[in-house]
Amino acid sequence: MTTHRTSKRRLAAGTAVVLAAMLTATACGGAEKKDDKAAASGSGFNAGIDKVANASDKKGGELKFVGTQDADSWDPQRGYYGFMWDFSRYYTRQLISFKPGPGKESTELVPDLATAKAEISDGGKTYKYTLKDNVTWEDGSPVTAQDVKYGIERTWAQDVISGGPVYLQQVLDPKAEYPGPYKDTAPDKLGLKAIETPDAKTIIFKLPTPNGDFEQMLAMPAASPVKQDKDTAAKYGLKPFSNGPYKIDSYEPNKSMKLSRNENYKPESDTIRKALPDTISVTFMANADDMDKRLMNGEFDLDINATGIGQAARATALKDHKGNLDNGQTGFIRYAVMPQTVAPFDNIECRKAVIYAADKKSLQTARGGPQAGGDIAPNMLPLGIKGSDAKYDPYEVLKNDGKPNLEKAKEALKACGKETGFKTTIAVRNNKPVEVATAVSLQNALKQVGIEADVDQFDGAQTSGIIGSPKVVKEKGYGIIIMGWGADFPTGQGFSQPLVDGRFILQSGNNNFSELNDPAINSLFDQAIAETDPTKAGDIYKQMNQKVSEAAVYLPFVYDKTITWRSSRLTNAYTTDAYNGRYDYASLGVVK
Amino acid sequence: MTDPTTKTGETGALNQPYDGAPSSTAFLDVRDLKVHFPTEDGLVKSVDGLSFTLEKGRTLGIVGESGSGKSVTSLGIMGLHRVGQYGRQRARISGEIWLDGKELLSADEDEVRRLRGREIAMIFQDPLSAMHPYFTVGKQISEAYRVHHKVDKKAARKRAVELLDRVGIPEPHKRFDSYPHEFSGGMRQRAMIAMALVNNPELLIADEPTTALDVTVQAQILDLIRDLQKEFGSAVIMITHDLGVVAEMADELLVMYGGRCVERGTAEKVFYEPRHPYTWGLLGSMPRIDREQTERLIPVKGSPPSLINIPSGCAFNPRCPYADVPKGNVTRTVRPELTAQDDTGQDGTRHWSACHMSQEERTRIWTEEIAPKL
Amino acid sequence: MLAYLIRRIFAVLVMLLVITLVTFGIFFLFPKLIGTDPALYFVGKQSDPAAIEGIRQKMGLDDPILVQFGKFVVGLVAGRTYANGSDVTQCAAPCFGYSFKTEQEVWPLLLDWLPVTLSLAMGAVVLWVAGGVATGVVSALKRGSLLDRSAMGVALAGVSLPIYFTGMLVIALFSDQLGWFGRPEASFAEDPGRWFNGMILPWVSLAFLYAAMYARLTRATMLEVLGEDYIRTARAKGLTEPVVIGKHAMRSTMTPILTVLGLDLGALMGGAVLTEYTFSLHGLGYSAVRAISEHDLPVILGITLISAFFVVAANLIVDLLYAVIDPRVRLS
Repeated sequence: MTTHRTSKRRLAAGTAVVLAAMLTATACGGAEKKDDKAAASGSGFNAGIDKVANASDKKGGELKFVGTQDADSWDPQRGYYGFMWDFSRYYTRQLISFKPGPGKESTELVPDLATAKAEISDGGKTYKYTLKDNVTWEDGSPVTAQDVKYGIERTWAQDVISGGPVYLQQVLDPKAEYPGPYKDTAPDKLGLKAIETPDAKTIIFKLPTPNGDFEQMLAMPAASPVKQDKDTAAKYGLKPFSNGPYKIDSYEPNKSMKLSRNENYKPESDTIRKALPDTISVTFMANADDMDKRLMNGEFDLDINATGIGQAARATALKDHKGNLDNGQTGFIRYAVMPQTVAPFDNIECRKAVIYAADKKSLQTARGGPQAGGDIAPNMLPLGIKGSDAKYDPYEVLKNDGKPNLEKAKEALKACGKETGFKTTIAVRNNKPVEVATAVSLQNALKQVGIEADVDQFDGAQTSGIIGSPKVVKEKGYGIIIMGWGADFPTGQGFSQPLVDGRFILQSGNNNFSELNDPAINSLFDQAIAETDPTKAGDIYKQMNQKVSEAAVYLPFVYDKTITWRSSRLTNAYTTDAYNGRYDYASLGVVK
Repeated sequence: MTDPTTKTGETGALNQPYDGAPSSTAFLDVRDLKVHFPTEDGLVKSVDGLSFTLEKGRTLGIVGESGSGKSVTSLGIMGLHRVGQYGRQRARISGEIWLDGKELLSADEDEVRRLRGREIAMIFQDPLSAMHPYFTVGKQISEAYRVHHKVDKKAARKRAVELLDRVGIPEPHKRFDSYPHEFSGGMRQRAMIAMALVNNPELLIADEPTTALDVTVQAQILDLIRDLQKEFGSAVIMITHDLGVVAEMADELLVMYGGRCVERGTAEKVFYEPRHPYTWGLLGSMPRIDREQTERLIPVKGSPPSLINIPSGCAFNPRCPYADVPKGNVTRTVRPELTAQDDTGQDGTRHWSACHMSQEERTRIWTEEIAPKL
Repeated sequence: MLAYLIRRIFAVLVMLLVITLVTFGIFFLFPKLIGTDPALYFVGKQSDPAAIEGIRQKMGLDDPILVQFGKFVVGLVAGRTYANGSDVTQCAAPCFGYSFKTEQEVWPLLLDWLPVTLSLAMGAVVLWVAGGVATGVVSALKRGSLLDRSAMGVALAGVSLPIYFTGMLVIALFSDQLGWFGRPEASFAEDPGRWFNGMILPWVSLAFLYAAMYARLTRATMLEVLGEDYIRTARAKGLTEPVVIGKHAMRSTMTPILTVLGLDLGALMGGAVLTEYTFSLHGLGYSAVRAISEHDLPVILGITLISAFFVVAANLIVDLLYAVIDPRVRLS
C-alpha cells in the first residue's frame, strides 16, 4: 500500500513537471511563432518615449484596447482613474486640454473647445473663454457656454454623483454654498455664481482667490460640458453624450465598450485629436496573465489601464518583443511615510534613522528593478514636474548607490535616544503584492540597526478609512506607511500639496499621512499657487521640496516606471507626462 | 447407481486427481474440484479436492460451517468464479464438472453462461440483497426468462406471473410490479425461487435458502422447494450449515470441513450412523424438535481452520474431542482419506468418512457416548 | 407527496430568507461593527462628506439593519425606489439591489451573468459525466491493470492541479500553439459556431477537474456494487456481462453519482470562479470576485443569494430525484 501510494504521488509529481515544461515551451514557442511579423515591424524599444513611434495620419481600422480594470465611471464629472481621463478625450472635450506631444511636451495646455487660452484679469481672479463656432454634440447641436457651466456644476452634486475630483468646487466655491444642479432652485439650473455665461459663446470664471493652476483644473474631464437634457444623473456614466470625435455605441460595465465615429463632430474644430481609427473597442478581462499573452499574440493593441506588463510575461516580452515595449515614467513616486503622531517618529532623528537604514537598492528590486520598478528616488518631487531636481540627494542615497548607511542610521538612533533600536509597525495595502514586498524589504533592513518592525497588511479597498484617518493611524501605531502617489495635474500643487500641506490634513481620506504642518511649507504653496508664471512657481516648489526633505518624514523608494506594450499595429504612439506615462490615446491610430 | 469411486479403487481415490477419465454417465459428476484463490497472504484453498455425483430428481445436501467451502463449490458449478471480479486470473480452478455429459470447466464462457439460469439455477441465501433493489420483482423474473427465450415482454410477463402464482404469491399480477423491499422475507424468497425456476432448470442449487427467514416460513419454503422438485424433476443441491434444514429433504448428505468432504452418504446413514467426529459435532449443535432437549446444545469447539494454512494431518484435529484417542500406527501428519465404510445406504449408496480412528472405535463412540446425549 | 413538496418548498423559502438575513448582516452590519462605513466603499478616491451622506441616504444606510433588511425583502417582491432628494432610482421587482459602483440594477446583471455560468456548467457537466463515468467504469472492470493505474493517475492529477494551471496550459497549447480553439468571446446569440469553439477549452478544463473526481467516485462505487449479491444473481441468471454491467451495476452506480452531480451543479450555478477568471468569462463567479474586490455590496449580496438559491434548490431536486431513482425511498 505504501509503495502504491508513493508511486501514485511520484506519478502526479512527474505529470506536473511535464505539464509545466510544456506550458513554458508552448508559451515561448507560441509567442515566437506569432511574432515573426510583429517583431519585424515593432518600432523599437522606447520608441514611444519622448518621440512618436510609427508616426502616421492614416485613418481607418479598429483600435483595440484591453484591460483588467474598468473605469470607476465614464461620467466625465465622476471618473478619477488616470486612464479614464486619457480615454475620455475620445468622447468629451474641455475648454482647454493637454497638447498632443510626447513626454514633457504633453503637459503644456492648449485651447480645445475654447478659441484660445484664458484671458486672465483681476489679478488672476477672472478667467474668460470664448467657445469655437463649430463645436457640436453628437446630435449635431452646438456645445454652448451653458453646457460647459452645467457640466462643471455637476461636480458640486457629490451627493448624487460622487467620485470625481472636486478641485473646481474647492477653488470656485470654497465654502460649498452652491448645492449642485440637482438641488438648484434656478429654473435653468445654472445657479452657480462663480461662473458667468453672458451668451452661448462666452464663459467667465470668477475665483475668490487666484490659483495659478486653475487652467490645469479646467483641463480635467470634470470640466467637460454636459447637455442638461441628456443628463441622466447617476447613470450618465453608462452612456455619456459625446461632443468628441467618437460616440459610445455600447458599454457593458466590466465587460466591453465600443465606440464609433461621431458623425456630427467637426474635425476642423479640433487641433488636439487625430481621431484616426474608425472604431475603438475596449475589452475587459479578468486574467492579467492571459491579457499580456494576448497582447503579445497581437490580438489587442494596448492595455487601457497601462499598469505595465505583469511579472509572468515580463521576461518573455523583454527577450522576444523588446521593440514593442516602452519603459517610461508614470509620474508616481513610491515611498514610505512616517506619521509624526506615532512615537518615536515624533523625533526627527528616529525618522532619519529609518531613512538611512533603508536599503533602497533592495526596495527598488522589490518594486521590480530599475526597468519595471523605476530609478531610485532621492527626493519627493517627480521628474516631470516643474521644480523637481533628480540630483537633489539630501540623504546621500544616490551617492551611496542605494545602499543603507548604517553608520548614520546608528548615529541618528543615538541622537533620538534609542541607541538599541525600537519597535514599530509598517502598514501596507494587502491588495498590492509589490508593496507588501517592499514592506518586507524595509522590515529586513531596519532589523540591521535594531528597529523591529511588524508588517500589518490592511484592507487596500479601505485605504481612506484606515490610513486616511489620522485617528486610526495613531491608534494602530502605524509608524511607517507604504504608499504611492501620482499628481492629478502635473504641478507642485497637484502633486505635493495633498501630501505635505498641513491644511490638507483630513479626518478621513487624508493623504498627508505624516501630518506635516510646517507654516513655511504651507506659505510656499500659497506663494506658488498665486504665481501665474509656471517657471517662477517651479522655483518655489523646489524650495518647498527641500523643506519637505529636511523634515525627514518621507522615505522615497523609486520614481515609478512601467514596461508598457505597444502593438506593431499602433501608429502615433507616444507616452505622455500629462497622463502618467500613458500613451496619448486621442492620437493613436492603427495600420489596418 | 454408479459410484465413480469404484473406478479408481475403494479407498483414498476421491481426493486424487483424475487423469483423462471418460465422460460420466451421472447427471452431475463433480470430480476432484479445486477452487483456490491467490491472495496477498497466500493461496486460499476454498475447495480442495471435492467429488460427488447427483442424479436428476435427487437432492444432495452439502453441510458445513461457514468457510468450509460449500458456497464456493456452488459458484464453481455455476461457473461464476470466472466472471467479473472472480475473474479467471483470480480463481484457480481445477478438476472436472460434468453436467449431462458436458464438461463445464473446459467449456468456453459463453457456453457456460447459456447454461446458467437455464439448466442450472440458483437460489441465494438473502433474497433482499440477492435481488436488485431498483428493479421490480416481476421484471427481474421475466428478465431471467427472456435471456434464454426469444419472447416478447408480454409473454415473459405471463410466464413470470405464472411462476409467481406457482410459488404461492397472492395476487401475482399486482405483485409483479412491486419492488423487492415491498415483499416480506418469505415472499421474497418465494419470488427468488420463481426466478430460479422460470426456465425449468435441471439442476437447482439452493444456497442457504432459509437462513434469513424465521422458523415457520423456513418450513414453508422447504416444502415449496420439495414440491417443486417433484413437479419439475430437477436435481437439487441444498447448501446449508443447518443439518435440520436438510434432514427431511436430502437423499444424500455431504459434510464439508476445510474445503474437503469429511463424510458422505445417504441422509439416513449420515444422520443416524455418522462416522465422523465433525458430523457428531454438527448433530450435537442442532436443535431438534423431534426430541426433548434434555441437555444443552453441544457446539463444536474452536473455529474453522484458516483455508490458507490448513493443518497437516487431519484438518479437524485441533478441534477434535477425540484427537487423543490412540490410532494405531497412523502417522498424524498424514491426512485421513475418504474411506468407504462397511455400511451402505438403503439405495446402495456407500457411506464414506475420512477419519484416522478405526471404524470400530467410531461406531463405539457414536453409539455409547454421542447418540444417547442427542 | 404534494404535502411533502409544499413543506420542502416552504423550508427552502425560510432557508433563503435566513441566508439573506445573514448575508445582509455580514455585508451591511459587519462594517459598522468594525467601525467602517459601507458608504465609504462607494465614494471613490475622495471621501467628500456630501458624497458619503448622499450614498447613505440613497442606500438607506441610516436605517436600522432590520429595517434595511425588510426594505430589501419587500424590494425583492415588489420592487423599490432608491431616493436621495431629487435623485431617484427605480429598481423593478425582483429588486436584488442596486450597484452604486456601476449604477446598474443587480437583477438584470444577474440575468446577464447567469447564462454564461449556466452554459459553462452544462457543457462541462456533459463532458465530465461522460468522461468521468466511462473512465471509472473501465477502471473498475480492469482493476489493477495498467489502464486502471494510468487512468487513476491522470485522475489524481486532475483533482490536484489547479484549474488556473490547466486552463493556462490548454490555452497555450490548443489556442496559442495549435490554434484549434479560440477564447470564449462570442456569445451564443452573436455566433453559435464561434461560441461553441470558444467554450470548448473552458468546458474541457472545468470538466477535467470534475471528471477526475467522478472517475474516482464511479470506480469506487462500481467496485462496491460489483461485490453486491444481486450482481451475482444477475450473472447466475445467465445475463451477458454487458447487461450485468451496463444495466444492473450501472443502475446502482449512478445513484450516488447523480446525488453528487446534483449538488455539484447547484454549487457550480453560483459560478465556477477560477474557470471563469482564467478564461475571462463574465459569469457569476468572476463577477462575484470582482464585486468582492470592489466592495460592491449589492452585487455580492445578489450573487450570494442566487448561488444559495441554486444550492438549496439542487438539494431539493436531488432529494426528489432520489425518490425517482431509488424505489426504496419514500417522500414523507
